[in-house]
Parts: sequence; structure tokens; C-alpha cells
Amino acid sequence: MILKTQLVRLMLKLSKELFQQLVEEAKKQKPLEACGLLAGKNNTVLKFYPMTNEDQSRYHYSMDPTEQFTVLKDIQKRGWDILAIWHSHPDTPPRMSEEDKRLALMPEVNYAILSLAKDFEYQLKAFFKDTNGEFIEQEVSIAEEGVL
Amino acid sequence: MKIVINGENKEIGDSVTVGDLLKMEKVQTPEYVSVQVNGGFVQREAFATSRLKDGDQVDFLYFMGGGSKKGGTKSDFIIRTD
Repeated sequence: MILKTQLVRLMLKLSKELFQQLVEEAKKQKPLEACGLLAGKNNTVLKFYPMTNEDQSRYHYSMDPTEQFTVLKDIQKRGWDILAIWHSHPDTPPRMSEEDKRLALMPEVNYAILSLAKDFEYQLKAFFKDTNGEFIEQEVSIAEEGVL
Repeated sequence: MKIVINGENKEIGDSVTVGDLLKMEKVQTPEYVSVQVNGGFVQREAFATSRLKDGDQVDFLYFMGGGSKKGGTKSDFIIRTD
């Protein structure tokens, strides 16, 4: 079982402006799934990197490795970490699907999902895979700019 | 020898391959990992034979993908080819 202290560390904090960037990217890519990386320090997201969905699918996404490395080097240069792998669910709730779970391969990051589905519009949820392979929902905190 | 892994300086033994390094880094799914050495991609089939040298900069990233449904995607291609 994951410790409470870890839960606190893994919560995701982002500004309202960054949250709005996620919403805009998801809307722009709709009906396709949008994807990207959230990077920052500790548990605070400082930048959103939108990525190309190579699958060009409304049900699936794959990131391009070349683009991934370009972004990784920028994150390293800034002294940040990848905090979350983000994608949108255009038609379904913000939950880890079986496919999301199967491909959640990178350890120690959150998997964040923004839904555009009716009744779940703009809900952002984040999940962390614990050592037992269970996906634990993490707290997502959206703050006004400057108060993170 | 000294190398840089994902931006961090590390010291490793001699005659280490990319495959060895991934094991040392506790990567459990190397078939889902992309590796660059000094900015150039290492083909997955060459992980076991690509030997690192002093001063190399190694970056590796896991495949990043998923979706609300399965099928007809790059991730399936990766599974088939490995």
C-alpha cells in the first residue's frame, strides 16, 4: 500500500492557465485524443508540452520518440522532471482504461487524463501506479496564477 | 567509466552494453524503451551489442501511449515486432 506521505508528494499542482492550456489542446485535437507531458519540480507543473498523437485516433495515442527526446532534453536543461503523462478522452470519463493501464510503463510519474465527454467535461484526474500495480487516484490542485 | 544517464552523472564498469545498462537501471520492459546515445537512436535489436564508452550521454524513455480502446496502433506494432 502506498504511504500517505507519498500521496502528498505525488499530488499534481498546476495553475489555472496551464489547466486551460490542456483544455484548449484537447478541444483543438477533438475528435482525436490529445497527448502531452507535464513537467516541473516536486509536484508543481511548470510547463505543458503538447505532443503529436502518432496514432491520429479518437481512441488511442502514441507519442513520437524523436519528439519525446527533444522535450526530455528541454526538461533536463531546466532542471525539471516529467511529472505526468497526459492525454484526453474525447468520449469517455477521465479514468484509466484497460489500455491506459497496459501501457502505463514509465515508473514514478502520474498519468493524467482530461475528459471531454458529456457529464465529465473538463474533469482532470491523475493516477499513480503503486508497487502492487494498482492505480491510485492522486489529488489534482488547480490554482490561480502566482499562488502555487 | 563515467557516463551521463538521463542528465545524471553515473559511474559504471567497463564493457557495459545498452542492454546491460537498462538492466542496471531496473527497466523491466526494454522492448518498450527508446534509447539515444550521444543524440543518436540505438535500434532495439542492437541493445545487447552496443557497448558504451567513457563520456557517453545516454538517454532512455519509455513508450508513452494508451487510450480509451485498444487496437490498430503503434503500441500493437511494437508488441508484434519484439
